[in-house]
Amino acid sequence: MTALPVRTREPGPQRIREMATNVGWGLLAWVVGIAFFLPVLWMVITAFKPESAAETWPPRFTFSPTLAEFRLVFSGMGPFLTHSVIATTASTILVLLLGVPAAYALSVHPVKHWRDGLFFFISTKMLPIVAVIGPLYVIALKAHLLDSIWLLIILYTAMNLPLAIWMIRSFMLEVPRELLEAARLDGAGRIREMTGVILPVISPGLVSTALICMIFAWNELFLALNLTTVNAATMPMYLISSVPQEGLYIAHLAAAATIASIPVILVGWLAQRSLVRGLSMGAIK
Amino acid sequence: MSRREGWRRRLPLLPALIYIVIVTQIPFVVTLWYSFQNYFFDVPGAAHFTGLSNYKAVFTSTAFRGSLVRSVVMTVTAVIVAMILGVAIAVLLDRKFFGRGVVRTMVITPFLVMPAAAALVWAGPMLDPNFGLLNWLLEPFGVHHVAWLSTHALGSVIVVMIWQWTPFMTLIVLAGLQGQPQDTLEAAKVDGAGAMATFRELTLPHLRPYIELGILLGSIYLVNVFDAVRLMTNGGPGTSTTNLPFYLYQQVNFAFDVGGAAAAGVVTVILTIIVATFALRMFARVFQFEEAGV
Repeated sequence: MTALPVRTREPGPQRIREMATNVGWGLLAWVVGIAFFLPVLWMVITAFKPESAAETWPPRFTFSPTLAEFRLVFSGMGPFLTHSVIATTASTILVLLLGVPAAYALSVHPVKHWRDGLFFFISTKMLPIVAVIGPLYVIALKAHLLDSIWLLIILYTAMNLPLAIWMIRSFMLEVPRELLEAARLDGAGRIREMTGVILPVISPGLVSTALICMIFAWNELFLALNLTTVNAATMPMYLISSVPQEGLYIAHLAAAATIASIPVILVGWLAQRSLVRGLSMGAIK
Repeated sequence: MSRREGWRRRLPLLPALIYIVIVTQIPFVVTLWYSFQNYFFDVPGAAHFTGLSNYKAVFTSTAFRGSLVRSVVMTVTAVIVAMILGVAIAVLLDRKFFGRGVVRTMVITPFLVMPAAAALVWAGPMLDPNFGLLNWLLEPFGVHHVAWLSTHALGSVIVVMIWQWTPFMTLIVLAGLQGQPQDTLEAAKVDGAGAMATFRELTLPHLRPYIELGILLGSIYLVNVFDAVRLMTNGGPGTSTTNLPFYLYQQVNFAFDVGGAAAAGVVTVILTIIVATFALRMFARVFQFEEAGV
């Protein structure tokens, strides 16, 4: 009986110490989180400032918020937004149309040299597009594709297709073999196997593939800046145009940056899991 | 496999294969051709053959060599620092604490910001010498109105690269941590192993393929960084932040030198192929851990 109180008292301080360590690590995590988030928060705060409050010393945290800069952005970004939406959506659709059959041929009924095929696709991601920008410009010029939205669609499709094939393939490998066997016993051909069994099973995977492709196309600047000027200029280029040579522009810039980033930020927040899988090209489940 | 069956299997692959070959390989062939031509946009008249003179210019150009070195420095520094931070933050986020989901969401947000937006927001509201937030935060530590983009240009660009890519590394390492079998960790604890020893002996080896994957993918993207250079420093002051992508952009857009840029591009591609051969081998190994079932 004498040992009992001792035993219950002993874990007390240890538990408290353990809890204190846990709280300490938790606090550190919060500090790190806030530090990483701070520039984004500052961008959004600055976007609500009147221009006169955006370039002050010390920086101002209290001001009467205004939507004036957002209104300016909305009235100015029209064509840029349209081009971005068209280039992003069209290239993503094209990626899925080409990528799904290709992934099928590299997984479900694989071609003989499927491994080589897989590595050929990914090797094209490693070749720097910047190296060919001059000739690409000349080709686009001669093909009358310069400053055309078609050019961006074609290039963004090629940019995202290897990634998508790897990703979709990883989803197809997860389709249970028994389902495919059962469909075959029912006399389903390749087409029915695809539409009736595979596509329904991998449709969530196709959604995350599409999201990743859209993010990369939406954010792309190098090709757009080199190959377009007016008729196909995209949102990143609108951002650049929001920085004038003279005058106060910081609040306007922050509003434009916020609007341009918001779609991807929201999608990324909502789809954190598929983001990981997509960015690792299907290697991480 | 019969001939017919072989084609039935190959057919779905062909559209994507042909598309990628046309769109990504033809420009390289044309680049190769132009690299032997004298061709300036702003000079009237057609391109004409000049032998190896473009290559001679590339190999003797200090600007090209400088930008190559800076590309390597920027990529290697950013990838390594981002990975170290990524592992540290992933370990922090792997613990249970109040508001873990919120903190994770905050940490990954920099990766989701449009790179052009990130570059401009850092260049202005964050780093401006007169009204930038960073100078205000650092004022208590004796920092007064530092013009980061003129005095520490390369460092500033690298910091933004790290800021955007640490979340990526964190996510990949975190996935690795969460896939670690709990029973071995328990067993180590029962055996009286300390936290550091457990991390070094068990967790780090388990994380290795994830770390390799992060470094590989991070390098592929970071070596092409253009937005931060173009929008924060425009390659300057002088050429202190001019990396290869920015150098090639300048050759085409301001020197109008298609032939020279093509030769520089071919050299870049050859260097990339050398690095990529190793990278592809690494890829094959990294992806082995999920290919076992095939």
